[in-house]
Amino acid sequence: MSDGTDKLLEIRNLRVDFPVRGGLFTAVRDVNFSIRKGETFGLVGESGSGKTTIGRAIVRIAQASSGEILFRGRRINGRITRELDSEVVQKIQMIFQDPMASLNERAKVDYIVSEGIINLGKFKNEAERLALVEKALLEVGLLPEFASRFPHEFSGGQRQRIGIARSLIMEPELVICDEPISALDVSIRAQVLNLMSELQKSKGLTYLFIAHDLSVVRFITDRIAVINKGELVELAETEELFAHPLHPYTRALLSAIPVPDPILERKKVLIVYDPASRDYRTDKPAWTEIAAGHFARANEAEAAEYRRLLAR
Amino acid sequence: MDGRKPILSVRDLVVKFDLRGRTLTAIRGASLDLLEGETLAIVGESGSGKSVFTKTFIGMLDQNGRVDSGSIEFEGADLAGYATEAEWLRVRGRKISMVFQDPMTALNPLRSIGRQIQEVVEMHRGMSGRQAELAAIELLDHVGIPDPVRRFRQFPHEFSGGMRQRVVIAIAMACKPRILICDEPTTALDVTIQAQILRLIKALQSDFGFTTIYITHDLGVVANVADRVAVMYAGQIVETGSAEDVFYDPRHPYTWALLSSLPQLGVKGKPLFSISGTPPNLFNEIKGDAFAPRNPRALRIDFELQPPMFQVSPGHQAATWLLDPRAPALEPPAAIQAMRARYPGGER
Repeated sequence: MSDGTDKLLEIRNLRVDFPVRGGLFTAVRDVNFSIRKGETFGLVGESGSGKTTIGRAIVRIAQASSGEILFRGRRINGRITRELDSEVVQKIQMIFQDPMASLNERAKVDYIVSEGIINLGKFKNEAERLALVEKALLEVGLLPEFASRFPHEFSGGQRQRIGIARSLIMEPELVICDEPISALDVSIRAQVLNLMSELQKSKGLTYLFIAHDLSVVRFITDRIAVINKGELVELAETEELFAHPLHPYTRALLSAIPVPDPILERKKVLIVYDPASRDYRTDKPAWTEIAAGHFARANEAEAAEYRRLLAR
Repeated sequence: MDGRKPILSVRDLVVKFDLRGRTLTAIRGASLDLLEGETLAIVGESGSGKSVFTKTFIGMLDQNGRVDSGSIEFEGADLAGYATEAEWLRVRGRKISMVFQDPMTALNPLRSIGRQIQEVVEMHRGMSGRQAELAAIELLDHVGIPDPVRRFRQFPHEFSGGMRQRVVIAIAMACKPRILICDEPTTALDVTIQAQILRLIKALQSDFGFTTIYITHDLGVVANVADRVAVMYAGQIVETGSAEDVFYDPRHPYTWALLSSLPQLGVKGKPLFSISGTPPNLFNEIKGDAFAPRNPRALRIDFELQPPMFQVSPGHQAATWLLDPRAPALEPPAAIQAMRARYPGGER
């Protein structure tokens, strides 16, 4: 499937440190993956795993301490030219988790949606700006007259649509979705997921979908990377990951997701991940391709075992 | 039903709130039997009234809310008639305890974990001093907190989210309640922690022998914990039955819609089933079946007359005109039929 030329985003040896009292806290280390144009790539982990930090490093809200982030083959972290900066600002957009907190309460929808194009001066006159706002609102299933309202007048699902409209108006290529549906009710989730996949088809968008809920991620992603304590532990095509999870953390995570099926749930065996159970003193783990497209963090002994498991 | 006695019986409960001169009817005539020793899950979306409903069992409605009519029978008394705090103190925390969603806000950040548990033990079990402290440490140990003697002196901020929720559960256990109400107890937690907390509550239930009510919107959690399920929509219970009944043989169109919109039941690459529109405004009077405006296959009568509860099988009921003998036969959506096929009992 991949021939190496269709990489929209590539992350190499990414490390992000945050200053804390008395030193540095490494939120993310040794992260390597790439996202292909047009795919939906899932980044799954628990709170504190560093998944959001990776998303924020890509849009450069968080600064990469070392490593490289390449967008269409060009490095976008660290010092970059002003042209590249404004291109990245436009082409990589983000949708946030909490639609209650991520919209400016004092601004009208009209301003919220067009803030990005105002900053970049992407329109000739007021009439064009209004037309762009109207188009963006229609595309996410909202009425153009909503432009004159304030965020508090909308439900959670509608607010998330406003958040999507605000990123769409920039005509992005890559959209980073940070838990976009976690705060929504079950029936509203389905609406937003459907909207996201329609937009992906009609606009050829690429998604980085950051979430903790593997059952949702399974439904919409092509590939999944699992992150634990700042390190990727496994990456594979979605169905492959569910069929043949290799890393013990992935297995634990999969066993913990509740499935809406009482008989399966009662039979389920919960796997608990114990990092202390593994001996990395001499044989150090590394990011290893176990089978084509299936990566895991493993040392030599584990990699050999994983290969045996997959061969079976 | 399997002959178990109801421990709590709610009949035709109506709860109203006064908001800025208008009246909102949050619970519109709900009836429910909670059976001794069972785990009942109340499922519904935000605004369905599931939290308000259970708050009436412990007298914790907000100031502007009141039970308008109906009864809540518990140990020979009608809780719906309780008016004073003195009456409620005999029940709340002592007979019926509650665990809330966010363990950070449920604990006092300025007092040590130990003192917060000890206080409850002293108040409800009549112990004092050293004796109460030992009881509190034993409780911490029971809910799976390692090194309870040291942890006893620590403060909430020194605990992780999962450990904090364990403390909240220990406090709820302090007076050996007969009913434990868990309001979205794991929503704020990670899945691996969630699984551990659900397992802990089950273990405590078999140790202490209490009855559990879960309030949740997560149908995966429901499948994991529930013996029986009650589905709420717009302030009413629209379907109740065993977990098997509700997951494999649901009858109410809202239950169908709720289950069908789960990504787990969707087919990848195809649009997910989604419920159009929004729940009704509970400030307005609702005519007929509250779900009818969002139900593309609603019958004409659904818009005119509220359906009664129909009996599907012993223990399984649903409030939908589809169960009336005069109703046209309507096949449930494909996702529901697929669920039914997965049930080992086969066609029912």
